[in-house]
Amino acid sequence: MKRRVFLLAAGALALGLEARGGRAADMQGAMLKVLGEAKPREGRIALDVPPLVENGNAVPLTVKVESPMTEADHVKAIHVFNEKNPQPNIASFWLGPRAGRAAVSTRIRLADSQRVVALCQMSDGTWWSGSADVIVTLAACTEVL
Amino acid sequence: MARALIRVPARAKRGEIIEIKALISHTMETGFRHDQLGVLIERDIIKLFRCTYNGVEIFRAEFFPAIAANPFITFTTLAQESGTIRFEWSGDNAFSASESAPIAVE
Amino acid sequence: MRRLAAALALAALVFAPARADDRRSGYDYMSPQTRAMQDDDAANPAMLWVLDGEALWNAAPAPGARACSGCHGDAPKSMKGVAARYPAFDRALGRPVDLEQRINACRTGRQHAAPLRSESRELLALAAYVALQSRGMPIAVEEDDANRAAVEAGRAIFERRQGQLDISCAQCHDQYAGKRLAGSVIPQAHPTGYPLYRLEWQSLGSLSRRLRACLAGIRAEPYDYGSRELVELELYLMVRARGLKMDAPAVRP
Repeated sequence: MKRRVFLLAAGALALGLEARGGRAADMQGAMLKVLGEAKPREGRIALDVPPLVENGNAVPLTVKVESPMTEADHVKAIHVFNEKNPQPNIASFWLGPRAGRAAVSTRIRLADSQRVVALCQMSDGTWWSGSADVIVTLAACTEVL
Repeated sequence: MARALIRVPARAKRGEIIEIKALISHTMETGFRHDQLGVLIERDIIKLFRCTYNGVEIFRAEFFPAIAANPFITFTTLAQESGTIRFEWSGDNAFSASESAPIAVE
Repeated sequence: MRRLAAALALAALVFAPARADDRRSGYDYMSPQTRAMQDDDAANPAMLWVLDGEALWNAAPAPGARACSGCHGDAPKSMKGVAARYPAFDRALGRPVDLEQRINACRTGRQHAAPLRSESRELLALAAYVALQSRGMPIAVEEDDANRAAVEAGRAIFERRQGQLDISCAQCHDQYAGKRLAGSVIPQAHPTGYPLYRLEWQSLGSLSRRLRACLAGIRAEPYDYGSRELVELELYLMVRARGLKMDAPAVRP
């Protein structure tokens, strides 16, 4: 986390909808590493993350995939990425037909307001993608330990 | 020192989808922070989380520095048989931790 | 009958709380997601410290010394409501002490063990374990003849303009509570949840740590850990919050 200067006047919230420059390229690269030649389609995977977050240090994230989770038709893996952290990967999860449901929750770090993207690999070889935009507000006060 | 807190239902019906929660104590130092002298603090994270059910892997997660400190994860599995659900965490600096919980399935 | 009703009405007026209760815990200002993190003991990272605290409670701090449990037995019984009464006036010392200081007083005086360092994991763990035993109970720190001077000293600190930014605690936390400061909602500053897991710290911390961070934020010299001023301020804050329910160990942004 970068140091922040304490401002008494209302600080500006980065809306994160423009300036998708260099970092987005990192995220694309990280996604390609996982996808290989496969082309993901949008859908079936949903990211449940609060649109506005009090602190980027612990953002709750739930990833859900519509899938019967049977032996014949299930989610094999879910990969989550971000746009603006120093590193594009967040986590990967491997499930399988014993999961019952394709739903995983965790808490992640977001360094700035940005987009979170998830890719999901199905047992039939298809790939699906979903995303969510998060606005991250920062704590107002710096600290001297 | 307490390493982990896990929540597994003590009993379940066969075929029921049960929710499992695991919380472990770890700073998940990203490797991107600097100390007060400007020196980079080395990365120290949990990289892998595995869950096995009577020895069979039912869930696996790979963590990156973007996972929040004191990693928390919730997932589900089908209650198939009575036995032991085991959790293993491993990471940088030879970090290793494990916990297990019994489950009775009728 | 009418005299009784009048007497009761008068009693109600005399013994009513000092202000109409629009006091809100910091919990009420949080997002539903952060509240959910606090409400689920399986998800609240503070519970990791509580587990450690339970282990420390039952362990001898030095060979041959008694564990906390050796004198106090089962914490859920013996420590019920205790944290809700701290800071408490220590007659022997002639001043109020906070929970962490009380724990260290026991360690050195009764257990003949070294005191635990301020903000150390062990001290926070014990404080979190003890504070948990007051969860759901109303804060019960009262102003009385013994601690009145300290409460007033704490109030003076709360109301005094300080630091390079020349602001007082009261200006933000009384006047502007509920409004926003750089994207965060300003709470009323009732310490119902300490020690707590602060998302900003990514760790559990004490009220002292939080107050020092606030002072640094207004560019004032933070009072030292264990200083008289910090305890007086904590005492005043708890008196100001009396009646509000404890929710330690809490989660806050």
